[in-house]
Formats: sequence, structure tokens, C-alpha cells
Amino acid sequence: MVTSSFDYHAPTSVAEAAELLTRFGDSAKLLAGGHSLVPMMKSRLAEPKVLIDLGRIESMAYIREADGGLAIGAMTKYVDLETSDLVKSKAPALAQAAGMIADPLVRNMGTIGGSLAHADPAADLPAVMLALGARLITSSTGGHRTIEADDFFVDLLTTGLRPDEILSEIAIPALLPRTGTAYAKFGNKASHFAIVGVAASVTLSPDGTCEAARVGVTGAGPKATRATETEALLNGHRLLHGDQIDEDVIEAAAARAGAGVDLQEDIHASAEYRAHLTTVFAKRVIREAVSRAK
Amino acid sequence: MTYGISINVNGTQHTNEVESRLLLSSYLRETLNLTGAHIGCDTTSCGACTVLLNGAAVKSCTLFAVQANGATVTTIEGLATNGELHPIQEGFWEKHGLQCGFCTPGMILSAYDLLQRNPNPTEQEIRHGLAGNLCRCTGYHNIVKAVQYAAEKMSS
Ligand SMILES: Cc1cc2nc3c(=O)[nH]c(=O)nc-3n(C[C@H](O)[C@H](O)[C@H](O)COP(=O)(O)OP(=O)(O)OC[C@H]3O[C@@H](n4cnc5c(N)ncnc54)[C@H](O)[C@@H]3O)c2cc1C
Ligand code: FES
Ligand code: FES
Repeated sequence: MVTSSFDYHAPTSVAEAAELLTRFGDSAKLLAGGHSLVPMMKSRLAEPKVLIDLGRIESMAYIREADGGLAIGAMTKYVDLETSDLVKSKAPALAQAAGMIADPLVRNMGTIGGSLAHADPAADLPAVMLALGARLITSSTGGHRTIEADDFFVDLLTTGLRPDEILSEIAIPALLPRTGTAYAKFGNKASHFAIVGVAASVTLSPDGTCEAARVGVTGAGPKATRATETEALLNGHRLLHGDQIDEDVIEAAAARAGAGVDLQEDIHASAEYRAHLTTVFAKRVIREAVSRAK
Repeated sequence: MTYGISINVNGTQHTNEVESRLLLSSYLRETLNLTGAHIGCDTTSCGACTVLLNGAAVKSCTLFAVQANGATVTTIEGLATNGELHPIQEGFWEKHGLQCGFCTPGMILSAYDLLQRNPNPTEQEIRHGLAGNLCRCTGYHNIVKAVQYAAEKMSS
């Protein structure tokens, strides 16, 4: 399959890329790993006149410790998230989710920035960003802007990025003491895209009471969302009695993980099945997060 | 629009003028006549088009040749040295890891990437490592055995 013709630019700095994006506006698309964009161009769902390849901007691919958390360049590949000891220790759910995306070949190309900017309803990382309370930092000719993950995922394939903005960095806040994070999904058997995926971050007090919980759900609806009812049912409740996990509280909270989600129906799963998967996977990841928080 | 690119493929530097929309898979197969990278699905699903890009296995049908400008690419044609099969190729031969052979170049290059990162993988790790490559013939059992053979040979 052949894409339509386009002019190709390969800037070597974010500033240069931002200038090109401002100059070409709507006729241009940024190219990151290309593993959503190139297939869309081959099927002519996308026909940009100009491609701005971010692949040569070395300063956009990094994983650094920052303020006890992480600063991750948008062009960081999944394979590097999955195998990074820093990510494994500072954001275990992110390393876990990155290793579950697609297959090793896709993980050698796909980037965190591309995944978030594309906002596929079945993408894994958006749920993790919500659970970790990530901040997404943009660059444009006008400077930088910070968007909270909560405000970033607006609708199907739609984010809070302005057309002239490049997602340049993902900032993951430091985990509070006694915090556990986890991600799990029910993946499509062929593509591994999330039919439903859930990420959780749970902070416990020394006696096992939930001090803070954030749960992100992807795949179930048109965009990734926080499961706020589930979070409210966890907050202030005892989740651990000694070494014993309180199954009843977790089960009751997980049961509300699909509340308020506009459950999607497609060839892979009915809305009813997605609702069921959401509760099952919410329960699994909350349990896992609690056991990691000990 | 055409662009000048220079890519090292299997140890030889190639310099060409290509259209920006030329896929790496088409560049390799049609411009360089290296037909080892197969086009199976052309939709990023099957892995038959796998090549090594700067050492990492990728689907060459989902990459423009211009993106590989300045890179080092290895195709299945570049794996044997002086007519001697690479241990992974030998493993596929010895363990009957192929039937029609369509998936084989991709399987071998994915296995190469896997063994580079993890020289002593478990059976599960081999299966996960090859998750991007589909085979319609073998049922995968002998492919796993071929990679195990190669891992053993390469570490001895
Ligand atoms: C076979 C297959 C299976 C897959 N399975 C999964 C899966 O299991 N889970 C999953 O989450 N995903 C999956 N994906 C999608 C994959 O993760 C893509 O790589 C990802 O969605 C896009 O990232 P990319 O770096 O390839 O971006 P690209 O495809 O290059 O770009 C995607 C979009 O984002 C824009 N963009 C890219 N970078 C930026 C930036 N820094 N700032 C602003 N805009 C930007 C582009 O202009 C484009 O519109 C799969 C893809 C394939 C082909
Ligand atoms: S031909 Fe490239 S993945 Fe199938
Ligand atoms: S040997 Fe025929 S597809 Fe694998």
C-alpha cells in the first residue's frame, strides 16, 4: 500500500520542529514512531501534505529522575520504558503497561508521546497517566504549557493539545511512601490493544487504610477516564488488615469502575462484556497495587 | 518530492534518491532487490517484513525509507557470514523451524533481537519475544526449538 505524497522534514531540535509545525499548520503531521500514523496513511485515513519527523531529535528521548519522580521525553520508546530500572522503581505500572503493548517489534518503534497524542481509545498508556497523575508538557513557538493528565484525554482520538503544540515531556510525580501501582488489561488476541485496561495507584497509611487512590480505565469507552466512584469507595477505607487484603471493600469499589463510562460496543466485545471486564480488571489491579504498597 | 538517503544495508553503503513515501520494505525489495523481507499483511500485523534497524527488529512495512537515512539495516540476506549460516538460521534448519518459509526471515531477525537482549530465554520468553511474527504453517513448536538450539549454540 502506498501513502499519498508528502514533503518530509527531519528537524533536529524541538524548536525547529515547533517552527515547522507553526509554518505548515493543518497540512502537517508530526511523525513519532509512526505505528499509528503510517498505517493510517497507508489506508489513506490520513493524508498529510507535510510530515515532520521527530525521530532525529535526540533531546526528545530520555528517562530522568526529577523531583523524586520521572521526567520522560516524548520520543522515548516503549522498549526503553519497559526495560528501564528507573521506570520500574519510580512508576512500576508504567513499565508493566509498556511491556504489554502490542509486540516487541511495535515496542521497538512506538513512543510514549505518540501513544498519548494519538489517544486511541484502546491504548494502554493513557490509563496509566491518569492513575499516576502525570503532567504532560508541551512545546510550541509560544513556549511551554503543562496539561494535567486529567484534562488531556478529551474524546476519541482527541486531546488537549493545540494544533501548534508538540508533546515534549511527560512528568510523573514521585510516589508517596507506601504507594503501589499496577496495570492489567484484557487485550485483543491479535493486536493486543486493550479491550479493557485498568491502572491503579494506591497509597496506604501504616495501618493499611487507603489514603489516596487513583484508578484509570482505558478501552471501555471512547477515551481513558478516571474511575472516580471506585476511588471514593477506596479512600478512607481499610484495605489491609495485617497481611490480609480486604476483598470485600476492593470488590465493592471495583464494581463501580465502569460507572459513568460511555461503554463501547464493537466486533471485539459488547458493552455488557466491557462493563464486566472493567470490574474484573479493576479488582485485579487494585489488589496488585495494594500488595505492592505494603 | 525526492530525498537523498544513505543507508548501510548488510554492510554496504547505499545512496539513493527516493520518494518520501517509499516504504523501507519497498526500498529493500524493489530498489536494492533484497527480497528476503517479505510483505505479508502490509498492515503492521504479521512481522514477515521484519528487518534490524540499528540492531532492533522492526516492521519495515511501517517505516519510510527516509526515516532510515543514516541508519544501519540488516536483512536476512546479511545474516550469514562467508556462506556460513548464523546459528539461528542453522537452528531453523536443524529443528525444522519452517515449512513454507514465508515467515522465516522475520522470525529469525526477531529471534536475533531477542537473543541479543536475553541470551538464555525460557520457552515463554521465546514465545513472547516472537509475538509480532505470525506463522501459518508450523504451529510455532519447532520455531521455539530452533531458537533454543541457537541460544545454546551461541552461548557455548
Ligand atoms: C499491530 C499494532 C498493535 C498495537 N497494539 C497496541 C497496544 O496493545 N496498546 C497500545 O497502547 N497501542 C498499540 N498500538 C499502537 C502503538 O502503540 C502506536 O505506536 C501508538 O499509538 C502511536 O505512537 P507512535 O510513536 O507510533 O506515534 P505516531 O504513529 O508517529 O503518531 C501518532 C499520532 O500522534 C501525533 N504525535 C506523535 N508524537 C507527537 C508529539 N510528541 N506531540 C504531538 N503529537 C504527536 C502524530 O502526529 C499522530 O497523529 C499498536 C499498533 C500496531 C501497529
Ligand atoms: S508485512 Fe509488515 S507486518 Fe505484515
Ligand atoms: S513456515 Fe509458512 S508461514 Fe511460517
